[in-house]
Amino acid sequence: MLTPDEERFLKGKAAKLRRLVLEAIYHAQSGHPGGSLSYVEILTVLYFHTLRFDPRHPADPGRDRFILSKGHACPALYAIFAELGIISPAELASLRRVGSRLQGHPDMTKLPGIEMSSGPLGLGLSAGLGMALAARLDKRDYRTYVVLGDGELQEGMVWEAAMAAAKFRAGNLTAIVDFNGVQLDGTTDEIMPLGDLAAKFGSFGWQVMETDGHDVNALAGVFAEAKKAVDKPVVIFARTIKGKGVSYMEGRYQWHGQVIDAEKYQLAIAELEAVKI
Amino acid sequence: MNINMDMDMGPVAGEKSLLNYRDWAALPRKSCREAYGAALRRLGEINDQVVVLEADVGNSTKSVLFSEAFPDRYFNVGIAENNMLGVAAGLAACGKIPFANTFAVFATMRAGDPLRSLIAYTGLNVKVAASYAGLSDSYDGATHQSVEDLAIARALPNLTVLVPADAHQTVQAVMAAAAYRGPVFIRLSRAVLPVIYKEEAGFPIGRGRVLRRGADVTLIACGYMVYKALQAAEMLAADYSIKAGVIDMSTIKPLDTALLREAAEETGRIVTIEEHSIHGGLGSAVAEYLIQHHPVPMRLLGLPDVFGESGDYEALLTHFRLDAPGITKAVADFCR
Repeated sequence: MLTPDEERFLKGKAAKLRRLVLEAIYHAQSGHPGGSLSYVEILTVLYFHTLRFDPRHPADPGRDRFILSKGHACPALYAIFAELGIISPAELASLRRVGSRLQGHPDMTKLPGIEMSSGPLGLGLSAGLGMALAARLDKRDYRTYVVLGDGELQEGMVWEAAMAAAKFRAGNLTAIVDFNGVQLDGTTDEIMPLGDLAAKFGSFGWQVMETDGHDVNALAGVFAEAKKAVDKPVVIFARTIKGKGVSYMEGRYQWHGQVIDAEKYQLAIAELEAVKI
Repeated sequence: MNINMDMDMGPVAGEKSLLNYRDWAALPRKSCREAYGAALRRLGEINDQVVVLEADVGNSTKSVLFSEAFPDRYFNVGIAENNMLGVAAGLAACGKIPFANTFAVFATMRAGDPLRSLIAYTGLNVKVAASYAGLSDSYDGATHQSVEDLAIARALPNLTVLVPADAHQTVQAVMAAAAYRGPVFIRLSRAVLPVIYKEEAGFPIGRGRVLRRGADVTLIACGYMVYKALQAAEMLAADYSIKAGVIDMSTIKPLDTALLREAAEETGRIVTIEEHSIHGGLGSAVAEYLIQHHPVPMRLLGLPDVFGESGDYEALLTHFRLDAPGITKAVADFCR
């Protein structure tokens, strides 16, 4: 359970991240607002509450690892890096520009703090499993967290990793699914129904949890619960709204990767600034 | 075949690494995959950061030899090559030196995306052991043979591409790859091949080796084709009085361009020989350099834009004119 102060702090951070995300994508005139906004609370609770991670030492061998498998949502990750002081707030304006460390999809060779390059969907869980196995070999107690999109679960490689994580009893691996129900071309139900995901992961040998992905209290609770896992990997289905916080984007697949014009931008910022914590 | 040395050629630096290959019949024959598995195991003893991944072909690639000694550092992920390369990337990101094993055809084409995006793009320290390459899995046919892998591996930035010529060089390539920091693609043969290199000849990554000096033409080969090129060079001397040099270009990338220029200047003609499509492999790499910096007449020997097929390995090589007589004839026609 979070204290009222912690809760207020996390909500405030989340609200600020949304503004930074919008600003960066608007300046770049390119990027993915929908999926960046949907997992803002997940990211906020992880980096400001759950992860063992000191931004002054982003390469500490004992740190928890975080992989953004749905790499297109990186504007939110860059925004939290700015909040953590890994990059300067001004650098966010360089998103997607030539020479920038803030690539359109995360590049671990350019930006400290990025644990694994990502972008092509379906790759991150495998890499996360590799990190989890390395922790065991090195007898370290760090945990590895991977955020995936729900549409991303249509990639077959995710299920290869799901099988393997159960086989290798990777209790130190936590997958978090940003379960917003919307992908590039439409809803996941229209494009490729995912079926009973909890039953699927459960039958693969995973411990399955569900939560409201916008409720910082609930998220902190499931993350704490997931840390108790010993020999089963954990998947958390975090129910979210794509484009959360910007009324005209919410739940609309058209905002997966649409350019934001000046008028729409002002509208979005006005809405986000009106949020009461 | 027993042909006298061409005395006016002088000694060749790379030749010191060779056994007395001219006594063809007496050359030992060794399994490259057995040598690979043994090398992996030895590596495991020397370096506790080495981990091995396998996609259910461990008894074929011989990675199983590592698993017997180091079960805790061996991960068989099942028939899932994509996941294997992804897991390898994660292990490498945490300081491990993963050797990921599968057939060359699957390493590059099934698992092409993780190979590119998680290993080459990231520059992570993953070694991809691409077994059963070329036509060496001869009886299984085109689906399991790999005549496109060099084209793909070579096109990926950051990826170093090695092709050992025999069992001894396979061991040396494994050791060199482990000592090298960065992603390496090692093209391995399934076959039992004549051993032409001495055991401890080393594997100088990024450097080709002149095994025989020529005057009229240089044969540039990799893998098993190095042996075939040496044989062809002897036949060319005996039957056509053509003095053919031989270079083992065991690193396809980065390519030893200084040596290429030297060979082009010295002999004025280049023939490349590879157990691979002539589109995109060793021949293409050599041509890309020479056409821009030192153009000389060239011939590319390999598979001419076709898939392989089932059959006896040597019969298949003969079918594609990649045996010594086939190479000899192609080179003789070219030099005429």
